[in-house]
Amino acid sequence: MLAAAGRFALRQPLGAAGALVVLALVAVAVLAPRLAPHGPKETAFAPYLAPSAEFLMGTDQVGRDVLSRVIWGARLSLYVGLASVVVGITLGALWGVATAYFGGISDLGSQRVVDSLMALPPIILALALMAALGQSVTNVILALIILLTPTAARTVRAVALGIAAAPYIEAARAAGGSQWRIIFRHLIPNCLASYIVLLTTNVSYAIVVEASLSFIGAGAPPDEPSWGGMLTAGVQAIETAPWMVFFPGLAISLAVFGLNLLGDSIRDVTDPRLRGGLG
Amino acid sequence: MRTYVLRRLVLFVPTLLGVSILIFVLMRLVPGDIAEILVYQSGSESSAIQQKQIRQIRQELGLDRPVVVQYLAWMGGALRGDFGQSYMQRRPVSDILRERVPRSMELALLTLAIAVVWAVPLGVVSAVRQNGALDYLARVVSLSGLSLPLFVTGALILYGLGRIFRWMPPLEFVSFTENPLENLKQLIWPALCQAYYISAPISRLTRSEMLEVIRQDYVRTARAKGLRERAVVYRHALRNSLLPVVTFIGWWGGRLLGGLVIMELIFVVPGMGTALVQAVSQRDYPTVQAMIFVMALVFLAVNLVVDLAYAWLDPRIRYA
Repeated sequence: MLAAAGRFALRQPLGAAGALVVLALVAVAVLAPRLAPHGPKETAFAPYLAPSAEFLMGTDQVGRDVLSRVIWGARLSLYVGLASVVVGITLGALWGVATAYFGGISDLGSQRVVDSLMALPPIILALALMAALGQSVTNVILALIILLTPTAARTVRAVALGIAAAPYIEAARAAGGSQWRIIFRHLIPNCLASYIVLLTTNVSYAIVVEASLSFIGAGAPPDEPSWGGMLTAGVQAIETAPWMVFFPGLAISLAVFGLNLLGDSIRDVTDPRLRGGLG
Repeated sequence: MRTYVLRRLVLFVPTLLGVSILIFVLMRLVPGDIAEILVYQSGSESSAIQQKQIRQIRQELGLDRPVVVQYLAWMGGALRGDFGQSYMQRRPVSDILRERVPRSMELALLTLAIAVVWAVPLGVVSAVRQNGALDYLARVVSLSGLSLPLFVTGALILYGLGRIFRWMPPLEFVSFTENPLENLKQLIWPALCQAYYISAPISRLTRSEMLEVIRQDYVRTARAKGLRERAVVYRHALRNSLLPVVTFIGWWGGRLLGGLVIMELIFVVPGMGTALVQAVSQRDYPTVQAMIFVMALVFLAVNLVVDLAYAWLDPRIRYA
């Protein structure tokens, strides 16, 4: 395990750096209650206090400690990102495998549904969904799931179609393997690589979309410590309290950057075409 | 080829139908409608009068009919090119489209142009220097574009311009034909932001395609016969790796029209995105329906054109 991690770090130094950032993010998220000096929704202080020894990142428009909110924000962002991506990509992947394997009318029909969902502009789709569902963290996750599922279904379907046509699937069928055995023993394991790439590359996307939703007024409720919500308030107060943009901005860009570095490296490692050096 | 194009065009129908039904149903699930917004906004006195006014407006706009009937009526109009009247602006939606679509189109094209000029060379450098310092630098620079939500990048640019250069981009939109310079002064900033954001996936793909092509036998042959490195990279490797990149850029291009919302809001560009966000919040159903319809249509059309271009550029691709 350690040796494998060492080899990954040597071959993918950027990915290893990303992994470190992600580990730090997870640690902050898990330890949030211990690390944060104040409660994330505590409004007991004066508004717009500049960073000082007492409030390392200053206070916001209603007098909450920005540092505490940034720390709790790591937990919220990670929760929203992970929950929506795991559920959305898994649903999409299963959908893709199923339609690729069964083909026919069900495939044709479900592909049109995927087409329709993908032809809708994502931010507008999310905005309308949030308006219909109401503002809450759970509904943000729901909206993100609806955005992520069709992309995953499309990608995994294409991979699964290639695998379903492979000779070893025919061999398995000739050897008398049942439909379910073929799907679970052959089709799904062979789609795993693209599934993992989809997972790692989309967490950062989900975190950024969550923030953008806050900006158009369709994100988590404003008192929740979401980086997007903090940035939205910060952007409005950028002249008087630039620290309200700076610190949550730093947090989200570090997190997203780390996740992207890691995701890119995993993509490179799983792509056999890119192994080896230049010819 | 003809049958392929025809088949793709036929597939437009169910997709557009799906899109319009999805957004139609979704918008009706959003609580509140235009009648309530108009009446409560005007702040009339007793609630009995308000209720009566609401009923009246709903009847006028046909909102009291069953949803299916409303949808069929909308579809019937749309098929004849009539998108109805905007509830809020009280004028034909097609007028609003005529005004807004070219603005967003211009912004999208500007964004794409900047993204291509910036992202493709970055990917090439990355590939040619695979795992060297320049590769890491280029990847870090392009990935950093994805790291901040667009609205923050935009706000920081506005803030920086004001603070450092004591200058603000114009907030009043002027069309390109009216005054090209004034127009670009406003649009260049959102285009730069959005291009920076979408450049990461483009340069990543350029890099990986280049890496694949560079290992091909014909590239080795080109090197072996003593061609200069520049010629090998540009004439043999880049040209052959550009195909998937072109497709991908096309895909982004088709998406951009609906993806400019945040930039339009930050830089006060009166395009489709700003109109849509406003229309959603005002429950202006006809405007929402028409804008989404146009965005989806452009998305599908651009994808089709890109696929055709792909087949035309790569003689190995044949459509069954």
